[in-house]
Order: sequence, then C-alpha cells, then structure tokens
Amino acid sequence: MSLWSRIRNLVRGDGLSREIDEELQSHIEEAIEQGRDPADARRSFGSALQRREESRDIRLVPWLDSLRADAVFGWRQLMKRKATSAAAILSLALAIGACTSAFRLIDALLLRPLPVANPERLYVVAFEDLGADGKTQIYDSCSYPMFRQMRSAARGRAELIAISYADRSDLTYGSDLAMEKAYRQFVSGWMFGAFGLRPAAGRLLTENDDDKPGASPYAVLSYDYWTRRFGQDRNVIGRTFRMGDTHFEIAGVLAEGFTGTETGTLTDIFLPMAMKNPRTLASPNNFWLRTMVQLKPGVAAEPVHQMLSATYRAAEEERAKSFSAIDRRREQARREKFLLEPAGSGRSNLQRYYRSALTALGILVALVLLIACANVANLMTAQAAARAREMALRISIGATRWRLAQLVLMESIWLAFAATAIGGLFAWWAAPFIAGMIDSPDNPARLKLPADWRVLGFGLALALGVTFVLGLGPALRASSVRPASVLKGGEDPHSRRRLMHALIAVQIAFCFVVHFAAGLFSATFDRLSHQPTGFSAERILNLEAVAQRPQPPVYWEQALQHLRAVPGVETAGLTVWPLMSGESAVGDISIDDGAPSEVYSDFLNVSPGWIDTMRIPFLGGRDFVASDVNPAVAIVNQSFTRQYFDGENPIGKWFERVGPADARSRFQVVGFVRDARSRDDMRRPIRPTAYVPFQSYVPSQSIDAKGAFQPMGRGTFVVRTSSANPLALASILRREVPNARAEIRVSNIRTQTEIDQAHTVRERLLAMLGVFFAGIALLLAGVGLYGVLDYSVLLRRKEIGIRMAIGAQAGGIARLVAVDVLSMVAAGALGGIVLGLASVRYIESLFFQVKATDPAMLAIPSLTIVAAALLAALPAVIHAVRIDPVSMLRSE
Amino acid sequence: MPKPDSLQGSLDLLVLKILSRRPRLHGYAIMSAIQGTSAEVLRVEEGSLYPALHRMEEAGWIRAEWIVKDTGRRARIYELTTAGKKQLAAEESRWEAVTSAVNRVLRMA
Repeated sequence: MSLWSRIRNLVRGDGLSREIDEELQSHIEEAIEQGRDPADARRSFGSALQRREESRDIRLVPWLDSLRADAVFGWRQLMKRKATSAAAILSLALAIGACTSAFRLIDALLLRPLPVANPERLYVVAFEDLGADGKTQIYDSCSYPMFRQMRSAARGRAELIAISYADRSDLTYGSDLAMEKAYRQFVSGWMFGAFGLRPAAGRLLTENDDDKPGASPYAVLSYDYWTRRFGQDRNVIGRTFRMGDTHFEIAGVLAEGFTGTETGTLTDIFLPMAMKNPRTLASPNNFWLRTMVQLKPGVAAEPVHQMLSATYRAAEEERAKSFSAIDRRREQARREKFLLEPAGSGRSNLQRYYRSALTALGILVALVLLIACANVANLMTAQAAARAREMALRISIGATRWRLAQLVLMESIWLAFAATAIGGLFAWWAAPFIAGMIDSPDNPARLKLPADWRVLGFGLALALGVTFVLGLGPALRASSVRPASVLKGGEDPHSRRRLMHALIAVQIAFCFVVHFAAGLFSATFDRLSHQPTGFSAERILNLEAVAQRPQPPVYWEQALQHLRAVPGVETAGLTVWPLMSGESAVGDISIDDGAPSEVYSDFLNVSPGWIDTMRIPFLGGRDFVASDVNPAVAIVNQSFTRQYFDGENPIGKWFERVGPADARSRFQVVGFVRDARSRDDMRRPIRPTAYVPFQSYVPSQSIDAKGAFQPMGRGTFVVRTSSANPLALASILRREVPNARAEIRVSNIRTQTEIDQAHTVRERLLAMLGVFFAGIALLLAGVGLYGVLDYSVLLRRKEIGIRMAIGAQAGGIARLVAVDVLSMVAAGALGGIVLGLASVRYIESLFFQVKATDPAMLAIPSLTIVAAALLAALPAVIHAVRIDPVSMLRSE
Repeated sequence: MPKPDSLQGSLDLLVLKILSRRPRLHGYAIMSAIQGTSAEVLRVEEGSLYPALHRMEEAGWIRAEWIVKDTGRRARIYELTTAGKKQLAAEESRWEAVTSAVNRVLRMA
C-alpha cells in the first residue's frame, strides 16, 4: 500500500510539492499567530526547498521520480525543436520499420521453428553435387524405394518421414464443373504422430494408411483450409472429393498451427503416401519427395548421417545397374555428396531461393539504420554542445554525473521508442506488401507473418540498441563535463567535431556499400530481364488444360481449331506446357547411330502453328503440317544445330532420340528456328531443343503397342489475342474449350508475360528495394553532412570573421570550411569501396553477368555520393563565405 | 537545552504518544504539545518534525487530512491508525526497556 501510494504520488508530483509547501506555510503562520517572530519562525525551517525535497523523497520513489522528471524534460527538449525532432524520428522510423519488416520476412521464412514436437531434432536429407556449370547445387528429392530403405536402416535411432513436394491440384467436391484448386501433399501417415499433432475433428492419418498402395483413400484437411473452405463445419468429416481419378474421404481436420513443412506454402490437404500412383511409388527413378529425419531423443546427428549415407550409396549402386552407359557416365560425373541438413524451420525451395536475397536486404537495411542513427547522434552531439553550459551549471549545483547521463539518455529513449512505434506500424504494412511481391499469381507464396512476441522482442531490442547507439556518446560526454572549463567557455571545441567527422566518414562508407549493392542488383535485373527469350510474349495467353481421361491428340486438335475461330483470337497453337513454365522433357540425341551425346536436349510437342503463334522466327525449312506423321519430323533450334550438326544447315538431316534400353527413334529435320528459351532458368544458356509434332512416334511416350497415338491427359492452348490485354479473353476461352470437346477442361490460365516475369521476381525485388534504400541512404547521409558542416561553420564563425577581416579570400574560406569534411567523405568512400569489395562475394550468387570489380560498378556510386556530398556542402560553404566580419566581430 | 538528536529515535514515540492522547492535531500543535508537556525541556525542530510526520504517514502509522480552520486557512491534521497504535505500543516497550537498562547502569556503576 505504501509503495503504491508513493508511486501514485509520482504522477501528481507538482500537487505534492504544493501540498508540502502549504503545510509548511500553515505551520509558519500558526507560529506567528502564537506570537513568534516571523523571521525567526521562517528561519527555523532552514532552506524551505531542502525541506520540501526531503519530504518529497519520503513520500515518493526518488529514482522513479527523477526518471519521470527527466522523461518530461527530455520530451520538452524534443518539443522545443519540433522540426528537427520530427525529422530525426521519421528518419529513424523509416529505418527501423525497414529493419523490422526485413526481420519479419526473414523470421517467417527462415528462422521460425515449425509448430511440431521437437523441431530441433528435425533434419532433411539433401544432396550436393557439381552442376553442369561447375557450381555446387543442392537438391533434396528422393524416390520412395530409396526412402523406405533408409527408413528401415535408421529404425530405432531416427524416424524418417516422406513428404511429397506440395502442389496445387484440381479437385471437386461435386461435379466436374465445380473444379477447384488446393495445395496437397502426400505424407507418411506416421508424420502426424511423430510431429505430435492433434486433430480438431475426426482422425489423423496413421502408419496403417500406408500399408497397401491404393487402399486408404482418406484425406486430412488443414485447419486453415477447413476454416476458409468450410467455415469450420464439423459435418465435413466423411465427405468425399475427387482428385484425378481417385475419390478421397475426409477423415479428419488438423488442429490449428501446422500447415505443412514447406515454409512459404500452406498445405490444404494431406494424403497418405500409399495413395500416390503405384508406378511412381515403386519407381526408383522417380524423385518426387523429401525425406525428413526426426532423431530419437539423445541420438546424435552425425552417426545417423553416416549410416543413411551408406544406405543411400548402396541403393544408388543397385539402381545404376539398370543404367545405360551414358547415364552411368553422367552419374559418375556428378560426384554426389549426401547431406543431413537441419529442418526445424521447415524446408522449401522458397527458403533456398530467397535466403541470400533476404539476408542481403537485411544487411542493407541495417546499414541504412546505422546511417540514420549516425545522423541523429550527430544532431544530438551538436545539441549537447549548445547545452554544455546547462550541464556545467547542473553539475555545479549538485547534480550527480549519473543523473546527467540519465537526462541525456532519456531524450534518446524518447527518440528511439517514438521511432520504433512508427516504424512498427510501417513494418505492419510493409512486410505483407513485400511478401506479396514475391508472389506469382499461379503460385502465391503463402507465408504466415504473425506479429507475435518474436517480432515485438526484435522491435524492443532494436529500440534499445538504437537508444544505446544514439545516447551513449552524448550521455558520457555530458556526464564528463568539467564545469569550471565549460563555464569559462574554454573547452576544446575540436573534440566534438572530430567525433562528428568520424561519424560522417562511417555514414559515407555505409552509404557507398548500399549504393554499390543496389547498383549490382539493378544491373543484374537489367541484364536478366533483357536476356533474349527468342519469342514474343506480347498478348499471349496460355490455357493449361486437362482431360480427366487422356484423349487422343486429334480431339485436342479439334479444340484448337475451335479456338482459332473465336473472335479476338489472332493465332493459336497447342503444346504440352507453356514455355518457361519450369517444366521440360529431356532426351538423349544420337547422330548416325553413334553413342548418345552427353548433352541433354529438350523435347517439346507442338502443333502446326505454334511456332508462328510464339513468333519464333524460321531460319530455314517449314512448319509442321497436319500430314507430318510418318516419317517422324522435327524442327530444331540454333543451339541444336551447333551441338549436333556443327552449325550447318540442318534441313533434311536425320537424328535419333535414344530412349530407355537404347530404344531409338529417327527424326528428320524439316525446320530450323532461332533459339527460344524453353526452360525457366534465365541464367543458363538455351538448350538444344527439338520440337516434334504430337502425332509422332516417340519411344515410350506417344505410341502404345497397337500403334495408335498415345492419348494426352494434359495440354496447353497458346493463344495470341488481338486485343492488348489478353486476359480480357480468358473467360470466353475457358468456356469455349469444353464447348469444342467436353472431355477437355481448362485448369489454369496464365499470360506469357506473367510467366516470364516470374523468373525475375527476386531480382526485381532486390533491384527495387536496393535502389529505394540507396536513395534513403543518400538522403540521410546528405542531410547529415549538411548538418555537420552547418554546425561547424556556426562554431567557427568567429575565426572565419577574423580571417576575413585580415584579408582572407572567399576561396580560402570555402576551402577552410569544406576541406576536412570532404576529406572525411573521401575517406568514407574509400572505406566503402574496401568494405563493398570485401563483402560482395557473399552475395555473388545473386548476380548475373555483373562483376563487382567492373569499374563502372564502382564509379557510379562513387560519383553519386561525391556529387551528393558537394551538394550538401554547398549551403554551409555559401553561408561561411557570406559571413560579414564586421557584424560578426561586433556581436561578440 | 538538550537537542532532539540526543533523544535518538524518540521523536516517533513522542509524536505517536501525543496523537494517541489528542487525535487530529496539525504539525504546529504536535510541536507545541511536545514542548508544553515536557515543560519546555524537549524541543522539536520543524526541520525534523515534518519529514518524520511524512515518513510515518507513508509507513501507515498515521493518517493525514486537510481541514479548514475557523480562520479560514487550511491545515493538515494527523491521527493515529491501527497500525500506528501497535507501533506506539512497540515503541513504548522498547523505550521502557532502554530507559530501565540505562537506569540500572546508572545505579550499579
């Protein structure tokens, strides 16, 4: 009660003082009434102020009171200079907000542990090898037989869980007309038990669901999907849906929290592994799942790693026996390394793709924050100089040094926390905004961005850190004030300037690094987005279609013919998947019955008119015609010609495609086209590509035993529209396809531009944010430089006045003012170059056709910064030159 | 004249005792009462009285209240709380113990 009343007294500090004064006053008056001499009565109290302080200290918590007083005083100091404070707070807020946003993204994607039991014991099997370009690459796909072997080998020491890559697939709860999409993952039934997951309704999958292939058509929904799709309806248990050919029954719903192990994708539907197509399950050559490893308690990772590695090698050697010679040679060339990587935060391609990009961005924004801090610190140092007399006075009348430090720190606490609050709001908006930019429409990154104690804690730590950085210098300085020398006005005026100049150099160095990185990112984006694709994406619409039961190619051609007649369609063609969609089929090529070449070539089935629709220019020969059935014909690209025909005109030449068990099929080249990019990796050269008609004999692919053409379960209608916005035609075309052939249904519509741009999303993000932060950094550094110069002119105006009075020229004055600051800029820029070159190799993997040592890459940021520095220095120099010696000296 | 300081720790006891006999006194009246009752032997200085009053108030031994006197001036008056009564009893017995011990020393030595 007593402590509470003392704390309560804090908030009515002034009232308390008044009350004490009034009581003492009434005492004195009483004494006088009783006949005491007034002067004597007053004297008996001694110093009234001291009495009051004593009583106050008894009646409240002194340290808390002094803190309160300093907080109020600090706030008043800030309010006294509203514009400066607002600028300081806003610049800090922007930087803190950017840092918090970056943290939210990095945390959500890379750091946050999965909501499962013991995420720290979770690992994933991965492989590292040398890619075709000589760079190491890491991948994590396994086959199911490989997984099962590893699981039984690790029994007792670790539980292995197979989880397929999440994909967005079509399903329907009713008729075919009501198709919808959901993210599904095939998982080992025991995953739920191993992860300690509970159902919100119904049951989860168990080991029994994986006993027999095809025997357990049950599905588990995620809580999120259950909420979104069914409004948490409990009657959903037992409902069925159809996915492909299989009918699944909903067995249960997961409790809230777990949304799959693929960070960046929220899985909607979990299916038992055993319900995957039996051929895929049995195939040792089909790599379609990740192997998660959950160590048993107390088991070290390394022995398990060794054991799994041995099992894997044995399985691979067994598998290699069925290889053709060429495959064996390729396998040997890869020199694979078996890895066991921690997966406590989940495992996804999004993580791998954005890890270094987000880290680089995080470092850039941290540098911007440091620049902003340096600015505000300089501001506060300048203000501390103006307040040196006040501090000296406070010391003289008995303030302790700690109390002075507290006074100054309080001000930076205000700044930091105000900035953090505003920055937090900024991050609230910015993090989902940036996560939204990562999205591509067909594959939205679904990242949970909770604003919980982790983010709050980060913000708090950031605020404290900023307070510390800002306030510590000025606070120590204030507390080490020597009253005698300050009150005489004789303190060393250069010591402050030295500190400020050092901060300027640091600012410039960081600013340079940010500009340097931004320049490299922009150049990368520029080069990458100007990489020729070899086709024209303009007004192209891709209608990805499926047939529930595969249909003969001729039905698909009929639908294509129908689309060509739709008003607004300029040209149209049919292929398997859109160019650059990430899908490709490779084959081995042999010329003149020779051994197959080691270089992979892409094969793509296209209809007559497709090449024309994509506007891939013919260099020779002709397009396919409907009668191109036998002999098999092909159209090849430049790269193909270079690889196999020594760059000669390929028309009329023959090549063979080598299939499994050395089965060969012969193709005659009838057309020769320019290189067009079929794969999604913009950083690699275009592969040799052979286009073949749908109705051609390709081993194991398009022909069955009876010699009929293999029916197609999927295909993509490529349409070039006559209107500028191809999407305007999307809904009409979606309806027209089943109108032509009821068996075929459009599942997905994407413009070609959208597909193309999806491959440079990361680079665009880095370039955009990099340039944005570079601008902010430049602005902040410029403002900082201006402030420091202006302040130093203010300090030296006496000296300048005297110099001018004894005949110094304007040029000399300008040099005097600018020279040491500009030398700081030069030093900072030099430091920045060193720092930039040293750090750039950590982000080299993000660059494309850009060299950090390229003189232009170094020159542009240097010139920008020097120009900005000169611009920032100009007002102060003009100010100095314009000083009127007479009025200056008179005022002193 | 003995200074209050020589009566170490006895100020609280005196104030509490006065208030237990005559509740609702203001600071000046407490001072006068101590002075009067002790026949001018004990004098309390204002500089000690008020901090002591405020300390005891925060400790919860006495309770303060503003009243308007006949003269129209406000005065802050004090009275004992239950905790204060207990404290008084404790202080009194402590004082008894100390004085009797001192007396014994004076007699025996």
